[in-house]
Amino acid sequence: MSALLVLAITAPLLGLVPLLLLGPRTGERAALGMLAVNVAITAGIAERVAQGGRALGYAVGGFAPPLGVGLRADGFAAAMMLMAALVLLFTGLFAMTGPGDMTRKVNARGSAGMPSTFFILLLSLACALNLAFLAQDLFTLYVALELLTFAAVPLVCLEGKAGQLSAALTYLLFALFGSVLYLLGVVLIYGLFGTLDIAHLAGLMAHGAGGWTAAAALALMSAGLMAKAALFPLHLWLPPAHSGAPPAASAVLSAVVIKAPLFLLVRLWSDLAPLPLAQVAGPVFAVCGAAAIVFCGVVALAQERLKLLIAYSTAAQIGYLCLMFPLAASSDGPWSALAWTGGTLHLVSHALSKAAMFLAAGLIAETMGHDRLSGLGGVGRLAPVSVAAFGLGGLSLMGLPPSGGFVAKVMLLTSALQQGSWWIATVVLVGGLLAGGYVLRVVVIALQHPDSDLPDVRECRWRALIALALAFGAMLVGFMPLSPLPFLEIGRPLTWESVLP
Amino acid sequence: MTGVHLFGLAGAALVGCGVYGLLMAPGALGRILAFNILGGGVFLIFGVVARRGAGAGFGADPVPQALVITGIVVAFCATALAAALLVRLSAVDAEVARDGEKEKET
Amino acid sequence: MSLLFDAVLCLLLLAGALGVVATGAARAAVIAFIGYGLLLGLAWVRLAAVDVALTEIAIGSGISGVVLLRCVRALPATPKAPAPNPLLRPLAAMVSIAIAVALGAAVLALPEPAPSRAADVATALPATDLGNPVTGVLLVFRALDTLLEKVVLLLSLVGVWALSRDPACRGRPDPLSLEPAPAPSAFLARVLAPVGVLVGLYLLWAGADHPGGAFQSGAVLAAMGLLLVMGDQIRIPATQNRGLRLMLLAGPFGFLAVGFAGWATAGVFLGYPPGAEKAVIIAVEVAITLSIAVTLGLIVLGPPAGEERS
Repeated sequence: MSALLVLAITAPLLGLVPLLLLGPRTGERAALGMLAVNVAITAGIAERVAQGGRALGYAVGGFAPPLGVGLRADGFAAAMMLMAALVLLFTGLFAMTGPGDMTRKVNARGSAGMPSTFFILLLSLACALNLAFLAQDLFTLYVALELLTFAAVPLVCLEGKAGQLSAALTYLLFALFGSVLYLLGVVLIYGLFGTLDIAHLAGLMAHGAGGWTAAAALALMSAGLMAKAALFPLHLWLPPAHSGAPPAASAVLSAVVIKAPLFLLVRLWSDLAPLPLAQVAGPVFAVCGAAAIVFCGVVALAQERLKLLIAYSTAAQIGYLCLMFPLAASSDGPWSALAWTGGTLHLVSHALSKAAMFLAAGLIAETMGHDRLSGLGGVGRLAPVSVAAFGLGGLSLMGLPPSGGFVAKVMLLTSALQQGSWWIATVVLVGGLLAGGYVLRVVVIALQHPDSDLPDVRECRWRALIALALAFGAMLVGFMPLSPLPFLEIGRPLTWESVLP
Repeated sequence: MTGVHLFGLAGAALVGCGVYGLLMAPGALGRILAFNILGGGVFLIFGVVARRGAGAGFGADPVPQALVITGIVVAFCATALAAALLVRLSAVDAEVARDGEKEKET
Repeated sequence: MSLLFDAVLCLLLLAGALGVVATGAARAAVIAFIGYGLLLGLAWVRLAAVDVALTEIAIGSGISGVVLLRCVRALPATPKAPAPNPLLRPLAAMVSIAIAVALGAAVLALPEPAPSRAADVATALPATDLGNPVTGVLLVFRALDTLLEKVVLLLSLVGVWALSRDPACRGRPDPLSLEPAPAPSAFLARVLAPVGVLVGLYLLWAGADHPGGAFQSGAVLAAMGLLLVMGDQIRIPATQNRGLRLMLLAGPFGFLAVGFAGWATAGVFLGYPPGAEKAVIIAVEVAITLSIAVTLGLIVLGPPAGEERS
């Protein structure tokens, strides 16, 4: 049993104590410290999983599943945790009260130093995400999803403007609807099998037990997760919520918050559901994903505001993960493994690049005082580092090398072509072209000659470097070999054998 | 047909009511109430599952009962947050409308 | 006979739910919802789940009802949102009925004999010295869920506070009514509150072996606190008050501390010291009851109004 798994969930919570009891400055430093500790813990977990070549486990309270709740870190979970921890730490640094912030005159509260509520929510997100990646009990995962919702919704309306409040309320209602659907599925599963432990359930379901009720339960849980992940056609809440929030909040919402329900969708259909059922469900997800890529991609092209454009691009990029499901569920060994690696790598690279782009967009808007695309001509001269971070992050969305998005999309494309799914291959390419359209549009505007005199301000350089670092991270993922990654396969299929004593 | 079956069917009907309310409610408050009805139906079905699992000297399987208690509390938290958001939103909207009228007058 | 009772109860429940959904007036809908919650509590008793019944009545109907009534009072009388297209009504009705029928069929098709964890709980419960199996599941076997649900409760208060006009979320929430409390409500508060506090403490004490526990007790104590506030017997505390914040943190972080101590005493996170399980569990329950009562009360009171100017 590895205590690191427990620490991953509890350490971020410890940071709440100074935030609620001591002053904002002390609390903020403690919060950043805990976010750094969180990176160290998740890195430690990833290192142990890689070293040992097998999953880590923990039975909380000493009660093994199915009576107790089990935590388990396999390669996939460890990779997601490390990615989320890094994004949260970088965003925390971006949001902290910087060296010159106390004297510098700033108009928007989001631009310099966030209120301590922001750091409370950031730490709670860290706890919720780690729990969502580690918990192996469907009800504990429900608690994780709720924790995530309660930490994410107030992020949207930290400034209390009317538009933000209504976006937050819509987001909350969608998320709650999603939780109830998910919970209904969990209830039916318990009624059928008397356990909620994923590894046990996978064993029970493998022989087709549960019949149509089990299929309905999985469908309900998936619909709930889709509402929380803003998967087409349940994406309507995402653009106003993600574009209206302060930049640091937008970055975590788009980069990591929606990744938890997507991760669970992958868990559900590649680790829990029996293969025949996954083969039936796969095309449904792929159609939703294709619609998201094409529809939200076209809408992103038509946007007039930078942050809304990036938010629609998030709704579109989620689609790529869904293209993976039919490809990964086929019985075509190596090619299905390639699609699975591609889909999961896409989750990681999209998180890094999207965080970079939202932070960069926030800096651009701070420099210019607005984010209307028509008025951003020549902003590249005022905010060169931010524009570079935006452009490099955009490489991943377009699927151009060197970037994580390139590797992920080539894997999906290869798998689709090898399995004869021409329509999926076409969607991957069309989605890349659409992303190219909206990313290049912004870059071209930023680099053109300014129409009028630019304001006499400079971007906040150290914040821009944080965005750039995230964009470089997304590029680094692009130097992976184009083959199924053994690390992500560690610990699959799910079992407690040799994980718990 | 036993009482337990009846409650199971009632739970399913409550879920139906909740879905109808979510689809057709005119305002956010109606949706919040519908969400609570929907949640109540889901919990009731869980209660039926628990009652069916009675055994070992317990009138109902204790695990689903404990999960429902957790679920009720989480649903309350959601209701409270949504209600607070709604109140704040309507206050801000009223302020914006007042400012707009003032501007018109001047 | 009892089948008839159950049938009538189910029909009433359904009528209550339809009333909530179909009523146009917000206030009437909330009152129907409170009644629906009480009926649901009765249904839980019929399903042999008294702990859930108490929780449903105290929190699902009671405190939720207060929150919703306050919300109705703060909203303008005429909602500006347009009603959905009435032509969609039959479509929505059909979808809802189809879902209810499919779900009903799924419930009736659940396997017989029903799978259950009751036997596992019965085997493991004696080691904890607890008599109430639900408390055992909540605080021992699935303690992680309960611990994190306390964090959810705390976060929802943080979310409510974040809606304050003051970015630092300081000051006192607005009073429940602007006028001084009328004499009868002050009298009621003085008489009822001690009785209510006793009931709350009894629920907490009984929870280890009989139905009851931290949530039910916390809800009753929160209601008594609100009664005292309404009767002007105590002043609403300011959110930045250090003592108040310690009370908020006592539950989740006291529980977490016991969890860490489990490593030293039982060799595992969230394990209880062998031999002293019951004493430690009751200590945890006291801490979380305190936090639940304070958190629930503050959630009802709403966001603080900002720093007072003196």
